[in-house]
Amino acid sequence: MPAVAETLDTVQAATEGGYKWGFSTDIEMEMAPKGLNEDIIRLISARKNEPQWLLDWRLAAYAVWLKMTEPEWAMLNHPPIDYQDLHYYAAPKKKAGPKSLDEVDPELLRTYEKLGIPLRERAILAGVEGADGAPADGDRPQVAMDAVFDSVSVATTFKSTLAKAGVIFCPISEAVQEHPELVRKYLGSVVPTNDNYFAALNSAVFTDGSFVYIPKGVRCPMELSTYFRINARNTGQFERTLIIAEEGSFVSYLEGCTAPQRDENQLHAAVVELVAFDDAQIKYSTVQNWYPGDSEGKGGIYNFVTKRGHCRGARSKISWTQVETGSAITWKYPSCVLQGDDSVGEFYSVALTNNYQQADTGTKMIHIGKRTKSTIVSKGISAGHSNNTYRGLVRIDRRADGARNFTQCDSLLIGDQCGAHTVPYIESRNPTAKLEHEATTSKIAEDQLFYCRQRGLSEEDAVGLIVNGFCKDVLKELPMEFAVEAQKLLAISLEGSVG
Amino acid sequence: MSIAPSGPLAALKAAADAYVADYQARKTTLPGDSHVRAESAALVAANGLPGPREEAWRYTPLRPFAEAQFKPTAKAEPSAALLARLPQVEATRLVFVDGRFHSELSGVPAGFRVTTGEPAYGTLARPAAEKLVALNTMLAEDGAAIHVPANTDAGTVLLASLATGAAVGFHPRHHIVLEPGAKLTLLDVTIGEGEYLNNPVLTFEVAAGATVTHLRTQDEGAGAFHLSTVYAEVAEGGTYDSFALILGAKLARMEVHARLAGPNAAAHLNAAQLLGASQHADFTTIVRHDAPNTASRQTVKNVLTGRSRGVFQGKIEVARIAQKTDGYQMNQALLLSANAEMDSKPQLEIYADDVKCSHGATVGALDADQLFYLRSRGVPEAEARAILVRAFLSEALDPISHEGARAAMEAAIAAWWAKGGTVQT
Repeated sequence: MPAVAETLDTVQAATEGGYKWGFSTDIEMEMAPKGLNEDIIRLISARKNEPQWLLDWRLAAYAVWLKMTEPEWAMLNHPPIDYQDLHYYAAPKKKAGPKSLDEVDPELLRTYEKLGIPLRERAILAGVEGADGAPADGDRPQVAMDAVFDSVSVATTFKSTLAKAGVIFCPISEAVQEHPELVRKYLGSVVPTNDNYFAALNSAVFTDGSFVYIPKGVRCPMELSTYFRINARNTGQFERTLIIAEEGSFVSYLEGCTAPQRDENQLHAAVVELVAFDDAQIKYSTVQNWYPGDSEGKGGIYNFVTKRGHCRGARSKISWTQVETGSAITWKYPSCVLQGDDSVGEFYSVALTNNYQQADTGTKMIHIGKRTKSTIVSKGISAGHSNNTYRGLVRIDRRADGARNFTQCDSLLIGDQCGAHTVPYIESRNPTAKLEHEATTSKIAEDQLFYCRQRGLSEEDAVGLIVNGFCKDVLKELPMEFAVEAQKLLAISLEGSVG
Repeated sequence: MSIAPSGPLAALKAAADAYVADYQARKTTLPGDSHVRAESAALVAANGLPGPREEAWRYTPLRPFAEAQFKPTAKAEPSAALLARLPQVEATRLVFVDGRFHSELSGVPAGFRVTTGEPAYGTLARPAAEKLVALNTMLAEDGAAIHVPANTDAGTVLLASLATGAAVGFHPRHHIVLEPGAKLTLLDVTIGEGEYLNNPVLTFEVAAGATVTHLRTQDEGAGAFHLSTVYAEVAEGGTYDSFALILGAKLARMEVHARLAGPNAAAHLNAAQLLGASQHADFTTIVRHDAPNTASRQTVKNVLTGRSRGVFQGKIEVARIAQKTDGYQMNQALLLSANAEMDSKPQLEIYADDVKCSHGATVGALDADQLFYLRSRGVPEAEARAILVRAFLSEALDPISHEGARAAMEAAIAAWWAKGGTVQT
């Protein structure tokens, strides 16, 4: 995918340390006043011209959220979040559709450039008339992209190509208008509004996100991608993604995240819901590189995300792959509810923390159907003063005859001021199920380092190489272009942690 | 109109209040340090009993315990049948009946000191952190203080708790001190008949180069509650070597806190839980590596039949200073019936980088291939299953070096198996 490929170039071009995506775009924003109350929710809903049922749903979620308390069980420390000190809605101001790129707000274009989005897609993203139908380069892998700029999905590319295949890929706000029956049927069906504190908050105030619908028997002709950015100050980003894969369909979805460098801690609380019917497959890949704060632990994104996939149909499969290198705080447990018989859940994760970052991440695999299978491979790397926790649950229901789980959690410590923790929960209620869990913690071996150094690699390059090897089992699950980007990200995120 | 609160939290609160009331009524007659006792009474009054929302208790709800009522103990005599269940080994006997020291059934120690007649509080327990320890401290009436002088081998001590099943609740408090280079094998046997509460706390101070081997058999009555807490603190080069065989009680929780405080200290926390019917047993360990070059080994095996529920929670904590830590933990469970359940939570919390820590957990049924192998060689099904279960347990049992204790445990396992291990499949 060109966007990531060029992001890579940006990465490679930058030789100095620090956060490479630390820029912010100065464009006119339309913002709701700070604070959260029913009126703000009504405002968001009205701005998006939402039907009454969705407003009611939001308000119900808000009422639930008010009664909940922030969870404290994760191994995370942060000052209390003031939920009234945030803007819950921020959108770039709309102008009449520009005729060519020359008319597009140059600041916006510069942002896309820095994000590494290729020119034609930039034109599409900026809403240049006629740009949508442009054919894609034949020799490049095609990726359809939905860019979420703060809270609003700016544009979706390759819409027409997808439409031919019957695939719906659009901002969820658009789906609410154009496919209300689908949104109403599936929204909140995997992550109910009362699921947890942050999911309830998201349900009340979500502003945009992506909506994907793959019809029966369709193999989505290209990778779908969303690029999230947090741009405005003191805004919370609450995107909502919903992916539905009908019987026998397949989709691969990529999600990348960056955010400009800011001193304040910014809140991000997304919800992602996946539904897979009989024989359907969803592959969901994430490279998360939100601003992690500076080397003193100042600033950074608070990332509290609820991601869950529901294998509703027989032989369905949901696969999560994530590379988490950013955010000051990561609280994220992409999960699979394996309801259909013979359904499969996978979780491949690399979580890297440096400086004062804290990550508490893992997965839940709930085996309900017979012969359901799950695989968990988690690689945690801690450096600097950071703390990295794997927290996972594998639950085998009484009915899940022949269920199978394999879990492997490995932690790597770099330096003696960081922490690596493993908190797995293993619950089995069926004697025919077979569960295996193993976890190890170690450091980079001196002989490995010596071997690389002896062959002329600098210490930092050697560590990067070894860390990439440590993560290989996960990186190989990523789509190729993402895998390359992820390797670079790992190396960059470790800068300054050795020597 | 007000509705009386119900549910587990109310039941736990009511039970805590009743225990505090019992303490208030009897506090002037209870032996030992009244100040320590009063402090814990305040903790019980303020904190109550562990509730279902507490992470450390998520798999073991104490509601059945809270709803049962136990009266204070009186002097009692054990039945011959109960006495016959004590292991026949050569040892100095310290026998407690319904939580009270029974001198006629006990022997005289040679070369080391034992005091009884009041709770041996020691200083290692943390009633502010562990609510059941506060309950024990508040109501403890008796216990053994065992003191082994430097470079002395105290041999084998049989610390036996016999319960007569008179619906009593007792809270024994034992304190074991090993001076530098001392040695002790403690056979800690808790057995009984019927319904009662046994809530013992044992604390071990293991000085430099000392070794304590703590071999436990928990075979309490079918209606009993066994809630025990062990604290062991091990100094440089010392070893706390333990094995627990868990067979009895309706609801059991064994919690072990081992702290490796000096370089080269070691702890072994092995266990086998064999459960049937609707038994619930929880083996929870917290091993803290607080010094460099320390090692811990845990092998915990569970065999579950009937509607039983096995719980294992094991946490290895490695402090920043504890470089070169070697921590290993393995938890395995065999589910032999459709309604058995295993919940396992092995945890690592590591703050030092030059360490080697690993844990593993498996849950499953007997291997069909292995069964087939034995059957195809003419071994009857029941026997084949017995062989495989015995083999499954061997990794935990084999390290027991005390011949007599191991033989007694093997016999107890064989008896458990003969009694019904094969029935519920």
